[in-house]
Amino acid sequence: MAIHPPQEQERSQVSVPPPPKKSVSPQSKVFWILLAMPGIIWLAVLFIVPFYAMLAIGEGKLNRLFEEPVAVYNPFEWSSANLSHVLHDLFGAGAFAGPVAWRTIWYVALASALCLIIGYPAAYFVARFAGKRKGLFLILLIAPFWISYMMRMLAWIDLLQTDGYVNKVLGWVGISAVDWLGGHWYTVILGLVYGYIPYLILVLYAGLDRIDPSLIEAGRDLGLSRARTFVRVTVPLSRQPILTAMLITVLPMIGDYFTNQLMSGARNTAMIGNLIDGQLSTPGLAGQGAILSLIVLLVLIVPMIYYVIATNRASREVS
Amino acid sequence: MTEATERGATAVSARYAVMSEVAAGGTSPRGLRNPWRRPVFLEGFTWLYLVWSLVPIAIAVLFSFNKGKSISTYQGLSTTWYWGKNIYSVWRFPAYHSAVFETLKLSAYTTLIAVPLGVAFALGINRWRSKVSASFNFVMILSFVVPELIFGVAMFFVFTQLFRGIGLGNLAEVLGLVTWNVSWPAIIVQARLVTIGKQYEEAAADLGATPFQSIRRVLVPLLMPAIFASAILVFSSVIDDFVVVDLLSSNSSNTPMSVIIYSTQHGGNGQPALNALGTIMLLMSFVVAGLGFLGYRLMTRGQRIDGQQALASIAGAD
Repeated sequence: MAIHPPQEQERSQVSVPPPPKKSVSPQSKVFWILLAMPGIIWLAVLFIVPFYAMLAIGEGKLNRLFEEPVAVYNPFEWSSANLSHVLHDLFGAGAFAGPVAWRTIWYVALASALCLIIGYPAAYFVARFAGKRKGLFLILLIAPFWISYMMRMLAWIDLLQTDGYVNKVLGWVGISAVDWLGGHWYTVILGLVYGYIPYLILVLYAGLDRIDPSLIEAGRDLGLSRARTFVRVTVPLSRQPILTAMLITVLPMIGDYFTNQLMSGARNTAMIGNLIDGQLSTPGLAGQGAILSLIVLLVLIVPMIYYVIATNRASREVS
Repeated sequence: MTEATERGATAVSARYAVMSEVAAGGTSPRGLRNPWRRPVFLEGFTWLYLVWSLVPIAIAVLFSFNKGKSISTYQGLSTTWYWGKNIYSVWRFPAYHSAVFETLKLSAYTTLIAVPLGVAFALGINRWRSKVSASFNFVMILSFVVPELIFGVAMFFVFTQLFRGIGLGNLAEVLGLVTWNVSWPAIIVQARLVTIGKQYEEAAADLGATPFQSIRRVLVPLLMPAIFASAILVFSSVIDDFVVVDLLSSNSSNTPMSVIIYSTQHGGNGQPALNALGTIMLLMSFVVAGLGFLGYRLMTRGQRIDGQQALASIAGAD
């Protein structure tokens, strides 16, 4: 998407171009710094400081009288009471948070894998084969992106009621009614896949659409079968979009606490997000919620930084 | 690209016609099948996916017009859950009523603050190349990928513990949403700056423009479509936002629609009024997207940008 301003006509009017000024004057440097400053200050005060506050609360003390966390901002006075509580919950004997963490991992793994299996063929088809109807397909593909997440959850809640349409359809083929919303992992997975797949498809489509079709045609012209062209040409070229799309799906899914609340609400489908959300509103446990959030952040920092580096690399390649 | 695709499609259908004739004659050995035949299976799969992704929404919209209380059986058409005599209609029930306006208010404030902030940040960071600018750019992209729950928890603590004067409520929600969304304009404008290059600015400087003048007269007009697309994205993602506002809202006067839907449904009071709220959200987003699409097309008139690219741009997939 490059802009092409009408520069051709104007070129003839400029007879002798003045010598280019290469050095940036200190004056204009100050100007750029001033321009960046509001954003920098905003991010410092409302992004970096909050994370430090969370750390200070997690490593801080507890006001026993009001069951309120007390933040300790001096790292030399930090206590590890919350940390040891959380570690005990995660790994200790009779730990209740450990199984929740494992469940989160396999829910997210299964749901994101399903997102990819369903999303890739659809995105691939629209990017490569939709032809004249690409606009129509694109609108239909992007539409869920503009529909609120909660509305999309409501849609399935309606369908999956015990006397809902899904059970009615199952009834026609002789399957007795299923209590879908009664706390089952498969309903939660359905909710997660349905909820997050639009984001994955959008990123995948954007990446797959950039693949030069002549490369794929070359594969076919050189005598590879359709399947082999796909494996040898398309898959390697779509590795980067797949990785980005998976990250865009997996990272928020790990912090999800609302999908399973709506689709099941039962304790046996709770994820790590439910634990954190619950601790925030439980007197005396807010500090542990802070520590648990930081642990999740620590686990995710590697994929996050990978994403940042990959984005930077991509933007440098464009320039 | 599009032209090529269209040409390809025509060629494909022409060849397909020939090939199917050949196939009808039964003279097509396996090895000589049309290499560019239509991927029927893939197309069928895509349609199945689209039906699965869109039909439930259509049914949920239908239920918002349900005459009765059920969210599982259709009982006839009515608008009672929107503005009927029903005390739980969106118009009559105070929490629902105020949630509609709260969503609009939060979206408007957040867009008005986040877009100028992010655009100025992108311009400054992109031209002032130093260690400081690089690290804050890193922080900005980090704010784009950090899981929203973790970000929301940090925000919750900072407003309830450190900046107690702010507390929870409208101000906290706007501050949180701006921080959460400022990366849209910052990333999109930076990407655009890379493709514009420096030559226009240098030309302006050579002709005697100050940095401020060259921004106002040269860069901002060139960046306008990108800025506009990011404003559309910020506005619509605030409509859809749930986690940040769920953690930072304090009472029903500052609770937007997404949170109302969640807490009411979760509390076991599912009723068509929630579908009505969801339908209103859907309408808002579609109106924003439609205006965004039209505006983007208008701004990029005379450029080689087709509808599909415009659509991808306002959905953040460009």
